[in-house]
Order: sequence, then structure tokens, then C-alpha cells
Amino acid sequence: MSNPESHPPQLYAAREPIFPRAAHGRFRRLKWIIMGIALAVYYVTPWIRWDRGAAMPDQAVLVDLANRRFFFFWIEIWPHEFYFVAGLLVMAGLGLFLFTSALGRVWCGYACPQTVWTDLFTHVERWIEGDRNAQIRLYRSAWDARKIRLRLTKWALWLVIGLATGGAWVFYYTDAPTLMGNLLRGEAHPVAYSTIIIMTLTTFVFGGFMREQICIYACPWPRIQGAMMDEDTLTVAYREWRGEARGKIRRGEPTKSDQPPGAKGDCIDCFACVNVCPMGIDIRDGQQLECITCALCIDACDEIMDRIGKPRGLIDYMALKDETAERTGQEGDSLIRHVLRPRTLLYFTLWSGIGVVLLLALLMRAPFDLNVTPERNPLFVTLSDGAIRNIYALRLRNKQGEEMAYTVAVTDDRGGAIPGLTLGIEGAAGGRIAVPPDATASLRIYLTAGPGTPLSRADSSDLRLVVRDAGGAQATVGTVFHGKD
Amino acid sequence: MMAGDDETDSKQNPENRIGLERSAADAEHKAEILAHPTGEAEGKNLHKPRRAGPRTGKQKAGGMIAEVSSTGHSWDGIEEYDNPLPRWWLWTFYATIIWSVLYTLFYPAWPLINGATQGLLGTDYRKEVAAEIQRFDAANGAVQTRLAAVGLEEIGADAELSSYAMNAGRAVFATWCAQCHGSGAAGARGYPNLLDNDWLWGGSLAEIHTTVTHGIRTTDDPDARYSEMPRFGADGLLEAAQIDDVTQHVLALSGQDHDAASAERGAGVFAENCTACHGADGGGDRMQGAPDLTDAIWLYGGSEAAIRQSVSQSRFGVMPGWSPRLSEDEIRAVSYYVHSLGGGE
Repeated sequence: MSNPESHPPQLYAAREPIFPRAAHGRFRRLKWIIMGIALAVYYVTPWIRWDRGAAMPDQAVLVDLANRRFFFFWIEIWPHEFYFVAGLLVMAGLGLFLFTSALGRVWCGYACPQTVWTDLFTHVERWIEGDRNAQIRLYRSAWDARKIRLRLTKWALWLVIGLATGGAWVFYYTDAPTLMGNLLRGEAHPVAYSTIIIMTLTTFVFGGFMREQICIYACPWPRIQGAMMDEDTLTVAYREWRGEARGKIRRGEPTKSDQPPGAKGDCIDCFACVNVCPMGIDIRDGQQLECITCALCIDACDEIMDRIGKPRGLIDYMALKDETAERTGQEGDSLIRHVLRPRTLLYFTLWSGIGVVLLLALLMRAPFDLNVTPERNPLFVTLSDGAIRNIYALRLRNKQGEEMAYTVAVTDDRGGAIPGLTLGIEGAAGGRIAVPPDATASLRIYLTAGPGTPLSRADSSDLRLVVRDAGGAQATVGTVFHGKD
Repeated sequence: MMAGDDETDSKQNPENRIGLERSAADAEHKAEILAHPTGEAEGKNLHKPRRAGPRTGKQKAGGMIAEVSSTGHSWDGIEEYDNPLPRWWLWTFYATIIWSVLYTLFYPAWPLINGATQGLLGTDYRKEVAAEIQRFDAANGAVQTRLAAVGLEEIGADAELSSYAMNAGRAVFATWCAQCHGSGAAGARGYPNLLDNDWLWGGSLAEIHTTVTHGIRTTDDPDARYSEMPRFGADGLLEAAQIDDVTQHVLALSGQDHDAASAERGAGVFAENCTACHGADGGGDRMQGAPDLTDAIWLYGGSEAAIRQSVSQSRFGVMPGWSPRLSEDEIRAVSYYVHSLGGGE
């Protein structure tokens, strides 16, 4: 093994199990809080009710694939409004850029589902098998009754969590209480069961066995993040100038953190930072692609520093720029100066700009909307008296929970009346269009320009169709009239 | 320490991960330090943390860091490490190979000279489509029966029937009618425009239904609508000058530019030869399919030359009767659809 030439390197390597020790400290507390919020949001959201009227689903957040609707509390997105979803995805992307350039891989360390569920699984593992040393002993022991019992208990609990995870997932796509009843009675759609099974197994495997392998080998985001970070980005780092040379120290022995600087570093080489690492790396080796900046090594090291009476922060959130500055005895930049810099401000401007535009679009959106398509086959119809008729396909979408009546009017492109132009609607008595709740009506509209009128002779004229509902809300769409030139 | 049977030792790359032995030693070491944080443990024989295996790469400051061996490839100072792939990746690769083999066994896959292997599951997408069509036909059976049975005027008042008739009618029209009348029903020269409000044989739903059912001037159906205009020129019924005059008169009837003197002479010819069908005022007669000559719509063109040819040679447009080819509910659907296009009466 020591001579690489006599043993050519293997192409494949087995995963080395990692047994992270439990950490305690401020970042661990922060992770608990974020995990609690994230899991609560995930599991509880489908059960929130929201009254939209009798004909509409009362689930606050619902992806209704069958009817092609997305409900989010008071917002209802139709397929043609997918730009809202696209805008949110763009915002999510830019938000990740913003957070990554300012705070490094905080998404990976705190909020990513892979991290949250792995954290949960690791916690269950500790609860059943004990902390790191006990886990290692169990791992190396033979398969006796105790080991089998502990392993089966752990796997069963993992499966229960996976089942709950997969179960919660399907509730986002249909009415949760109904589906819950159907699932328990065995009457739900096979797709619901197969989705739950797949989600259960992926949660079980990814959270229990794959863990850091997903982050290192399967996930593209860590690779992209490398391009998002620079020397101002906050990241978890080891103060090498203070820690080295590492090794055992005696009580009262001066080290680098004392004045005058001692010969020895503050790092007592206790491996606390390594033992808590869920990715199985040594942060003292410097920045590594495996590091998800969960900051548990900071907690572990701070605990040791407290005990040996040295200042905290041997491992700390810091920018690489600061590490360089501190080596020469200078203070690092303040947190504000790291976070507020052109790059992050640009991301924030883009992010908030898209957010404002989306918000305005949402607020200015009418409770109904329409598409008007001029019929081009044929462009116009000559009637028996020589009048010219244009036909328009009107699609009128009523986004409200009750039936609404609409009227249609036509104006010229400046809003004025057009003499000699009459409007008719196929199948709508008295020009009144009734559209059922949350439905689309497709109608044919006839605009007829009397014989000899300017409109009937012009090649094409711009005009507007104005649709009003009973409540006075109106929507206008521009279109064109083709005459017999 | 390098026990060959301990899989937690990374045999391939001892520096890439932290081995269990070292970690256990680390833990004990940490426990010692925590128990004697200020150096009381000095002199005791503590475990020293040590790496699980030998280092191969260069060492960084601090003496604990070893790098993975490099492939020797270097671009702009960036070296390519020689990390092994994870073994589960290899297993996943094998799994996809097994999957692909099983897939070709169970689903249609391998091309043969005539066709392809059918697969053990007997999946046949043609059959699935046929089954889907059957399912929809069965689902529509009730509404089709009802559409064929109710009174024509009741279709529009029934939301289910009218919705079905519109959609089915559109499909029937595209399949059987669009060849002559155009996909937009705007017709062409000799093929009536169904969007306007001028009807040769009547534009009510009942009249349209009759026309579609029996056709016009077709020999296939004894009940077909039938009328025939004489060939005034070709059969020598009128002199050429008379034809010119009556042509000018027809131009005058529809308000087009004409020779007033000739039209005046043509009025007499018109009264003697044309009014039986086209009416004294030229307004036409739907009972005989005689077109209205006073309006702006001309099936064969309203120019002087076109009118003269119509008078001289006559016209004899034929439409098939659809009753043997289409079922009653299809005929009703397409009639309802045509009636709804803007000209229905």
C-alpha cells in the first residue's frame, strides 16, 4: 500500500461510514430551529384549509394537476399564468446566488431537505444506538441479537419517517383529508400509493445510507456554488495561523492566542471538529468540496476552547480575506462589509426587482381574463347586404368561486365609439355571458361593419374589446378588424 | 492496523477519509483532554492521534494534511486528482444494464424483419389507443342516442347536448365537409360560404339538417334537393343580345355598375324567363334553391362575365347526401355546428 507503483489505484471505493458525534452549541440550536420549522411547514401545510366558495377546493396549498390549477391561499394560478411560477423559480435561483455569495453554502448546511432529513435520521440513530463511540462499537460487533434488534428498530423508525414524508407529499396534489381517508381504506388511486412508496424508499435510502454521498456525488448545486463564492464570502474556516502548530499543551502554557505569541498553536488536536462532522472531513485541511458549512465543528471547537480557557473562534465563520488579514496582525472586515458589496447588492436588486414585478402583476390581475383571437380562416365574411363581418374567438376565464355575468363592448383604439359597427355574441342572449365558477367560456364574437363604413373598406383597423363583470371590474384586449379593401 | 478484513479501512485511498481506528483513538484522546483539560494528563501514555495509513502526497503546514495522488494532468496549475468513483455508482450502472435487459424482455423492443419483439407483458399501444377510443365511444353513447332522439330545436337549450354537438360537429365538419367548404367554412367559388347570412335552401337548423341529410342534386338520394336552371345560351333559348341585356339587368338588381339602356331592355327578358324562379324582384326562392340576385353574395362570382356565363351555361352544383355515410347524431351535430357559425337563422 505504501508503494503506489506496486498497487495501482482502484477505480472504485466503498463508502466509508461516518459516525458523527452529537454537537451542542449555538449553531446546533439554530439547526434544530430551522429543522423544526422546515419539517413543520412540510408536514402541516397540506392540512391548512382556506375557504374559496362552495365550488372550489378548500385546501390552502394545492397543486391540482387534474384541473390544471395551482392554489396558494388567496392566489389561484391558471396554466396560462405559469409565468408567476417561472418568476418564483427565477427568484429562488437568484436568492440562492445571493445567499451563497454572502453566506456561503447556508442552503446546504441548514435548509436543504437532504440535510434536514439526514439530520433527523442521524438523531434517530443516536437515540437508538447511542452516540459516536457506541455506534462504532455496534458497527464492528458481530450480528448478535442486540445488534439485530437495534438495527431493526432504527430501520423501522427511518421507514416510518420516510412513509410520513412520502405520505405528506401526495397531500399537496389532492384534497388531504379525503385522500387520507382513501389511503387508510385502501381506496386511493394507485399513483398515490406508488408515489408514497417511491418517496418512502428514497427518503429511507438517501437519509439513512447515502447521506453525504448525495451531496458529494449526486447534487450539482455544490459544484455551481463554487462559482458563487469569493474571498469575501463567509464560510466555515479554521484559523490556521492561530491553531498551528497543533498538539498537546500544559496548563498555563502560552500559545498563539496569548501575548506574547507562544510557540504552540491553540489547536490541541482533539479531533472534536472531525468527530462531529456529518461529511467526514477535517475542516483544518482547508476549504473542501464536501463541506456543507453546517458549522457543527464551530460548536465542537468552541466547547473545547472554553474548557481549556482559550478564546473561541479557532474554527469560525469567516471570509478567506480575513484569514489572510489576520495572519499579518490586522483586523478582518466587519460582517456588514462582507455582506454588503456590489455583487450581493446586484443579486439583491435583481431578486427584489423580479419580486416587485411579480407582486405588481399579481395585484393588478383582474378576477377574470380573456384571450381574443381574430378568425383568419376567412379574414372576413361578406353578408348579403354587403356588410363586412369579422369573427373572433373569445376565451373568457372566470377565476372566481361563483358564476359571473359579463358584458362585452367594442371601442376604437383610443376608447371611442365606432359608428356603424355592431357586436354580436353567438349563443349569448342580450349580450350577457354567464360563465360558471372557475371555468373558461369559449365564444364566437361577431363584429359587423355596415356597408360602406370606413371599417368595412380599410385593410385593417385597430380596435379594443372591453369585457366588464357585474362588479365593474374590466379587462381590455386589443385586436384588429379586417375590411374588404 | 491495516486489517484486511475491515472494510472501514479505505484500502484504495487511505488519505481520503478518516479511518475508524484513528477516529476511535481520537475519541479516547478527546475524552482524556476533557477529563484533564489543563494538562494533568501530562506524562500519561495518551493515545496519539495518527493517520490510519501512510501518506503519499505532499504535506501542508501542520503536518496532518496529505493530498490524494494526482493523475499528473495539470491545466493552468489546476491538477486533476485521482479519486476513485464511489462503488454504489458502479452498482447503479450495473442496475441500469440489468434494467435495460429486462425492459427489452418485457416491452416491445427488438426490431425483426417484419415488426418487432412484442415483449412478455404484451404491451400494445395500438390496442391501448383502440381501447381508449372504445371507452370514449361508450361514454358518449348516451348523449349520442339522446342527440339523435330529441327535437332539433331542443339541442341548443340543453347544455350537454349543445356542447357535445358543437365539438362532435366540428370534428365531422373537418372530416367530411372541409374538402369543399374549407376548414373555416368560408367556402370557395362554387362552394357556398357557410358563415354568411345568405342561404340557397334555407339557414334554419331544420333546413340545414335536411340539406346535410339528403344532399343537393345528387343522384344517390331520391329526396335530394333538386332544381335546374336552363342553359339559356347553350341551348339557344335566348339570343346573345338578350343575354347581354339580362346580364346588365342583373348587375342593376344588385346595385353594380351597368349599362342603363341595356338593363332596361333586359328587364323584359328577365320578366319572361327568370321570375318563375328568381322572383319578380330577383330576390330568389329558397324552395327551388334559386339565389337572391339583389344581394352582395355570389356563389359563382358577381362580375359581368361570371353572370353572363351563369345565364348562358347554367350552373349545376352537387352536394352528396350524408344519410348513408353519417349516423343521425353525426348529421345533427354537424348541422348544429354549421348553424352556429354566424349565419344560422
